[in-house]
Amino acid sequence: MSSYSITEPSAFQKWLAGTLVVAYAIITLLPLVWILTTGFKSPVDAIAYPPKVFFEPSLEGYVNLFTTRTRVSPEQLEALPEPETWYEEIVRNRDMVIAGPSRYGERFLNSVIIGFGSTFLSVFLGTLAAYAFSRFKVPLKDDLLFFILSTRMMPPIAVAIPIFLMFRTLGLSDTHLGMILLYTAVNISLAVWLLKGFMDEIPREYEEAALIDGYTRFQAFYKVVLPQAATGIASTAIFCLIFSWNEYAFAVLLTSGTAQTAPPFIPTIIGVGGQDWPAVAAGATLFLVPVMVFTILLRKHLLRGITFGAVRK
Amino acid sequence: MSDTPIDRVAKATPPSVAAKIRGLSDRAIAWLFVLPTIFLLLAVNIFPLIWTINLSFTNFRANRPNREVDYIGLRNYERILTDEDIWLTMQATAHFLFWTIFFQVLIGFTLAWLINRKFKGNDLWTTLIVLPMMLSPAVVGNFWTFLYQPQIGLFNYGISFLTGIDPSSFQMIGDVSLAPWSIVIVDTWMWTPFVMLICLAGLRSIPDYIYEAAEIDRASQWRQFWTITVPMVLPFLMLAVLFRGIENFKMFDLVVQLTGGGPGSVTELTSINLKREAFEKWRTGYSSAYAIILFVTVFGLASIYVKALNKVKER
Repeated sequence: MSSYSITEPSAFQKWLAGTLVVAYAIITLLPLVWILTTGFKSPVDAIAYPPKVFFEPSLEGYVNLFTTRTRVSPEQLEALPEPETWYEEIVRNRDMVIAGPSRYGERFLNSVIIGFGSTFLSVFLGTLAAYAFSRFKVPLKDDLLFFILSTRMMPPIAVAIPIFLMFRTLGLSDTHLGMILLYTAVNISLAVWLLKGFMDEIPREYEEAALIDGYTRFQAFYKVVLPQAATGIASTAIFCLIFSWNEYAFAVLLTSGTAQTAPPFIPTIIGVGGQDWPAVAAGATLFLVPVMVFTILLRKHLLRGITFGAVRK
Repeated sequence: MSDTPIDRVAKATPPSVAAKIRGLSDRAIAWLFVLPTIFLLLAVNIFPLIWTINLSFTNFRANRPNREVDYIGLRNYERILTDEDIWLTMQATAHFLFWTIFFQVLIGFTLAWLINRKFKGNDLWTTLIVLPMMLSPAVVGNFWTFLYQPQIGLFNYGISFLTGIDPSSFQMIGDVSLAPWSIVIVDTWMWTPFVMLICLAGLRSIPDYIYEAAEIDRASQWRQFWTITVPMVLPFLMLAVLFRGIENFKMFDLVVQLTGGGPGSVTELTSINLKREAFEKWRTGYSSAYAIILFVTVFGLASIYVKALNKVKER
């Protein structure tokens, strides 16, 4: 009995807790599994009753996602030369021919450009501000920090009205630059709060030693503090990136063509008689999987990121 | 500048770009570092806010920018606060807020408590459970309309599998009485992990010795749960509720993709209603007043709540 600990749950308790949690996890992951699998289903399999768990994988959803197609009559189809590629063959089987690429690639690229652009800007500005808040006596520091946080309480739609007018006046509507600036402003509160937390944890003695060694403040900042804060900066960056990546309200109101990102676009993928679910699922898969990977990488910092550093572990 | 030994050493070190600005005092650097952020927030948050306040006293319509704008005083506010449709919207929002928070707290806390039994592989499962929360609500919400299809949808099939009800006999999104629950279910599915993570942090912050002491005092498991676990997790739980409350008050993307506010307007939450007024009916002045009312509501409720939270923390 020597190793018995009264706070350690019994083996049975552990088994029961484990079973319940795993059961919840499986149920909660089903919709995601369904997205991943529907992308590889043929249109018929996707809407089969009862829902199909086992099916013959098809790349039709992905082909439809990246192409626009037009229907042709059987005679016209006969007259065409043999299909040259596997994807043309898939399309021909449906009595259609490929008319051109779809807009998904562009929308995805927009998400990448706007996501990375705003992430870089907000982390850059956020790092500077966080360092100042962490190390210097900034007048009205608490008020400023609260002000930065309170900008997150406004519903995006409420801010969107004047921003819509402002962007229209400045010619920023539906531009990458406009969206980058907007997402930067939204993300910067998160960046400042998170980074301030990370910087508070770096002992001041390091910089003080560097200052005594003759470094200037700037040198101490980028040669001593920045390398120490690298992990914090990286995880902050991923949180900002995920936010911009997922954002929908501003994107749907302020972009329509050139700068439209993927979230407003994916739900508009239409097939014959409603949404083309395999193509939607394929688009969603490509869009969601990177976030899933980042989430797994981030798991240690997750709590801090989603609570603005209010809860640390 | 003074000529202390430190300065002399500093001068001897290789100069770089930084050397040019090394004359800056800490205070100047502090401002240099903080100002860009403040400036950006002023430009993209405060200036628009002031603009919104200004617009809220006018009858401006953004689709007719050349029309003359009249200042109509508080009439917009008056019309909103006496409009019955807006009170219906508020009710829909209250229903959504209450039940999402209720289920998320219940399930989230239970999960956290179970995970804290420290079974083998709990880290892996925690990470997997968290996944839905990190994904784009619009994209996922749109896909849920597929899961909710009568007949072919996975959700309806699952329900019929468990209860024997015909899967095509109910429409989660199309039915007036079920639609408000359809958005509660998806939001709970998506955000329960958030409450779970915060509760888990709370549970892990309770030191073992407290339970050991209780065990020595022969306090029952039940008593330990209510006198140690619950009070010590409460501040964390309240923080989770605050975050979820603010987020769900602002809710737009998920619900707009799921139901679009319908059928009729039974799931028309305030943000969706506001979007209609502002960007479909183009009543810009009116919706600016609406936005201000919402902002003041969130801000007021959040401030009261934070005070309560601080009191709980002090105990």
